[in-house]
Amino acid sequence: MHASAREDAPRAVVSLRGIRRRFGRVTAVDGIDLDIREGEFFALLGPSGCGKTTLLRIIAGLERPDAGRIFIDGADMTTTAPNHRPVNMVFQSYALFPHMTVAENVAYGLRLEGLARAVIAERVREALALVRLEGLEDRRPDALSGGQRQRVALARALVKRPRVLLLDEPLSALDARLREEMRLELSALQMRLGLTFVLVTHDQDEALSMADRIAVMRNGRIEQLDEPEGLYERPRNRFVAEFIGKINFFDSILEEVDEEGLRVVLPGVGPLSLPVRCLVTERKAADLALGDALTLAIRPEKIRISRAGDHADADSDLFGGQDKADVRLTGRIAEWAYYGGISHMIVEATLPQSGEVRRISVVFQNAAKETVEAFDIGDAVVLSWPASAMIVLTS
Amino acid sequence: MESWRRHPLVFWAMGLPGIFWLIVFFLVPLGFVWLMSFGEKRGIVDIAITGTLENYLRAFDPVYLGILFKTVRISLIVTLLCIVIGYPVAYVIAFSPPKVRTWLLLAIMLPFWINMLIRTYALIAVFRTRGYVNFTLEWLYGLLRLDALFGPFQPLPMLYNEFAVIFGIVYVFLPFAVLPMYAAIERLDRSLLEAAADLGASRFHTFLTITLPLTRSGIASAVLLVFIPALGSFLIPELLGGPNAYMIGNVIAAQFKKANDWPFGAALSFLLMYATFAILAVRPLLVRRAAKGEGAR
Ligand SMILES: Nc1ncnc2c1ncn2[C@@H]1O[C@H](COP(=O)(O)OP(=O)(O)O)[C@@H](O)[C@H]1O
Ligand SMILES: [Mg+2]
Repeated sequence: MHASAREDAPRAVVSLRGIRRRFGRVTAVDGIDLDIREGEFFALLGPSGCGKTTLLRIIAGLERPDAGRIFIDGADMTTTAPNHRPVNMVFQSYALFPHMTVAENVAYGLRLEGLARAVIAERVREALALVRLEGLEDRRPDALSGGQRQRVALARALVKRPRVLLLDEPLSALDARLREEMRLELSALQMRLGLTFVLVTHDQDEALSMADRIAVMRNGRIEQLDEPEGLYERPRNRFVAEFIGKINFFDSILEEVDEEGLRVVLPGVGPLSLPVRCLVTERKAADLALGDALTLAIRPEKIRISRAGDHADADSDLFGGQDKADVRLTGRIAEWAYYGGISHMIVEATLPQSGEVRRISVVFQNAAKETVEAFDIGDAVVLSWPASAMIVLTS
Repeated sequence: MESWRRHPLVFWAMGLPGIFWLIVFFLVPLGFVWLMSFGEKRGIVDIAITGTLENYLRAFDPVYLGILFKTVRISLIVTLLCIVIGYPVAYVIAFSPPKVRTWLLLAIMLPFWINMLIRTYALIAVFRTRGYVNFTLEWLYGLLRLDALFGPFQPLPMLYNEFAVIFGIVYVFLPFAVLPMYAAIERLDRSLLEAAADLGASRFHTFLTITLPLTRSGIASAVLLVFIPALGSFLIPELLGGPNAYMIGNVIAAQFKKANDWPFGAALSFLLMYATFAILAVRPLLVRRAAKGEGAR
């Protein structure tokens, strides 16, 4: 991550510079530079314990960084108390005040602004309408469902009209169906209000489906910051590649590199030529030396699976007629998980030169009913993919 | 929870000794005393149960009413002091780091390990005319050369008055006030305080609108745990208070001892008990108000 914002980028609402926070021996946040742009839906994504919540709390002012500075709207707010920051938070536990009604909860932050009663009432009504909670004004939190509580927490923060809305795993306590629904609703809300959202989540689907940009965190650091598509298609390292979606790795050795592309040896398979765009790491082609160990990776849905026998010669039309199936492996279906729309298979493939057996993850689009039913565990299949569908990671 | 339904025998076997104890050593004597309160004294040890209400009527004599009123007043002051002093203590303990918290709680409970009589006598040593407080004051007085201005040092009368009694009862009952309030504050969900701060509340406002309303049940418990025993206290006023600081407990004790008027003592005891019940009946109201809360209004 580079600290300076691009010229054409919208200006940053929140800027973090060298943020660091330790708890005893644990370094929760380990030197983070980050610019969150005006009006974007930003996600902090990472495994549990990687420091996402701590970073969010530092932005909210609920936690003080040991080092680094926080700028909100250009003003240094590193030491500003949470009640003086123009940001509001939706807590993971919702943290609704149990002794107040829904309306009182939502009004809490407004009362503190010393607004007229009528104004407060109007804005509370608006906020509750926004999250579709009309009619529940006089309920207490303990008489609400999980989804409704979540909406109250959202309304309570939104009603303050914050510059940035911080959401800490807002959907994690909801059941799968409601979670799906709230995802769409949150996205729609963010777009409608044009507000800057910072979402913390450990759920890659949540981040990919909602966020404009995602920072993938590990051990208190940002591993990669990119748009969802960039993270998925051009992960910068093995951690990001594995964390976002499923992926198959192959260790390989660099044989030749020039401006056109690279030539590598895939042990057990043979030599492969890849266009230079497959190289997605920070290291440029020029930095690479012959004999370097590289990791090649292919996403499961980019692998074509077909029955052994009826595959033979269909290469040309498989990948839009542009790419050849440079890699071709035979194997057997070892596991099969059926998800309705897609099937996820593990194929035990034999590498042609070495005879080594590799388990390869394949996603199969259940486009036609017949083809789904045609496959079974133990079936002999052919896996094939063009070299250009692979990505090259440096170790 | 319901397992006693399935194993009634075990339930009875476990419960019986306690129930037996309660009946033989508590309810039966209490019944005797209750009967006695409707009796008349017939000689030094003879008491005849005549069903008279004389004893109860005597309790409404202005002398006793005055003492009762004073008892309630002292108990209220004591309770108020225990809450006002105890809440900040409970708050500090609840918000201190776990390691420190253990030691602070231990310090609060430490006095329980020392007999109340001994602690009360210790207070006498502190408060009497030639006690530690006056000794220190006199030393300061001399140090500041105030005797040149105001004449020789006059020891403060800190013993055998209401001040001493109030101080003594607060001193003994403070832990009973701190512990339930500590428990309530400790249970409080910290994210609620953070949410309040996030929404713009200052620490003080958060305290008034969130912490206080949500720990009200702890305060209610503390009030009862202090007020009720304070009403019945007699040892502390006996030792620290002079005749002017007698409380109803002392009057009752005197009926059973010096005055040797057990029927009247019994009647007074029951009046005090009824009053206590009446206060206990108020508790659910207090707690319900706490649960509903008015912090938002
Ligand atoms: N108040 C705290 N005291 C001690 N350790 C903490 C505290 N808050 C967080 N941590 C530690 O810091 C690390 C990051 O925590 P957190 O930010 O909550 O991670 P995440 O939200 O990504 O799961 C974890 O190892 C956690 O145990
Ligand atoms: Mg977290």
